[in-house]
Amino acid sequence: MQPVEVKKDIYWVGAVDWDIRDFHGYTTYQGSTYNSYLVKDQKIALFDGVKKGFELDLIHRVHNLGIKPGDIDYLVVNHLEPDHSGGLPELIERLKPEKVLCSPMGEKAMKAHYHYQGWPVEVVKSGDTLNLGSRTVHFLETRMLHWPDSMFSYLAEDKVLISSDAFGHHWATSERFDDQVDQNQLMQHCAKYYANILLLYSPLVQKLLAKVQEMGLQIDVICPDHGVIWRKDPMKIIQAYDRWSRQETVDKAVVAFGSMWHSTELMAKAVADGLIDQGMSVKLMNLADNHRSDVMTEVLDAKVLAIGSATLNNGMLPWVADFLQYMRGLKPTGRLAAAFGSYGWSGEAVKEITAKLEEMKLELVGEGLRWQYVPDHEALKLCRELGQKLGQAAKAG
Amino acid sequence: MKKYVCGVCGYVYDPEKGDSEGNIPPGTAFEDLPDDWTCPVCGASKDQFDPED
Ligand SMILES: [Fe+2]
Ligand SMILES: [Fe+2]
Repeated sequence: MQPVEVKKDIYWVGAVDWDIRDFHGYTTYQGSTYNSYLVKDQKIALFDGVKKGFELDLIHRVHNLGIKPGDIDYLVVNHLEPDHSGGLPELIERLKPEKVLCSPMGEKAMKAHYHYQGWPVEVVKSGDTLNLGSRTVHFLETRMLHWPDSMFSYLAEDKVLISSDAFGHHWATSERFDDQVDQNQLMQHCAKYYANILLLYSPLVQKLLAKVQEMGLQIDVICPDHGVIWRKDPMKIIQAYDRWSRQETVDKAVVAFGSMWHSTELMAKAVADGLIDQGMSVKLMNLADNHRSDVMTEVLDAKVLAIGSATLNNGMLPWVADFLQYMRGLKPTGRLAAAFGSYGWSGEAVKEITAKLEEMKLELVGEGLRWQYVPDHEALKLCRELGQKLGQAAKAG
Repeated sequence: MKKYVCGVCGYVYDPEKGDSEGNIPPGTAFEDLPDDWTCPVCGASKDQFDPED
């Protein structure tokens, strides 16, 4: 467990979690990392902690730098979510820092999480600075990106941005830098993170990117709190955030469905056929097999969302409702949508899905398509026509 | 009419603009917002807001 030098006197001293598979309902098939950064100057500062249970990883890396815990003067807490703050009680106990710095909302969150007494907490606001000797840390509050307490720390002399959860991704690797890993996998992990954590705050991401530009921040390296460090191409992730937060889509459709006896599944395949007829790329996703967070990742750049469900006990299938509830909270905008489904006698599912899609203010194309029991050739033709209509509308828009 | 700031996320409710997402027309005073109105950014309830100083 060695520290990794990011720039002169700036080290990664975090932890790699190879085991985590479920991050509050987001699947992390390839683990994650909790990044922590140590800056050695006349004063020594540690930026962000690790999840509870990983404190010793951090402390051992610091030890291997030849630094005693008690030598650390400042502990900067950019974000209070437990994946970064869970180790705080033990760290503060061992480090006995002179100051623990966080945003105004961070102080509230710290109290509400740890009910501490006697921690040397000092609140910093946007524009405040912390002098370390030969370098200055500038703080920038990034409220609701993605918690009220979230904050950036910028090392001006080094042009290093410690960006908390922004620009991060859940991916356990032995490599620490963007230029050492497969680029497609990297961007796929970043897309998943954005789609599942940040999409609903896209208007704020746009504002933040504009603000960073207006402030003229020079960024050589972005150090996020999860995943690899952007040292070769930090603009790559900034540009991706710009695209994603403008909710840019491509000619792609997600056909997500739940089926009982394969009838709605047949309908889904026919809808997909119609979309393909129109030159759309299609992801056909059975919601019984695909995790909501993976479906959401595909939704990120999809222009069309076709949602299908069988009717069970006078309503949509619970695992379709699960996904719709999840997607609604993440607020995708500017998409075309349609509902379809097979039913036995009452058939409320299509109406329920339609209501949800309307609530999300997505643009509905055509009437919801319902079919009793097993679709015949005629029914599948109607489904294909619905897919074509969706595809045409996507191409026209 | 006074502007109000969300104590959770810092969003500013501007009565001149209203809140199109929450179907609140321009010209609606903060006091006249429905009780179940919530912050369009973070979802906080009306009682989390304070007048802007
Ligand atoms: Fe977080
Ligand atoms: Fe995090």
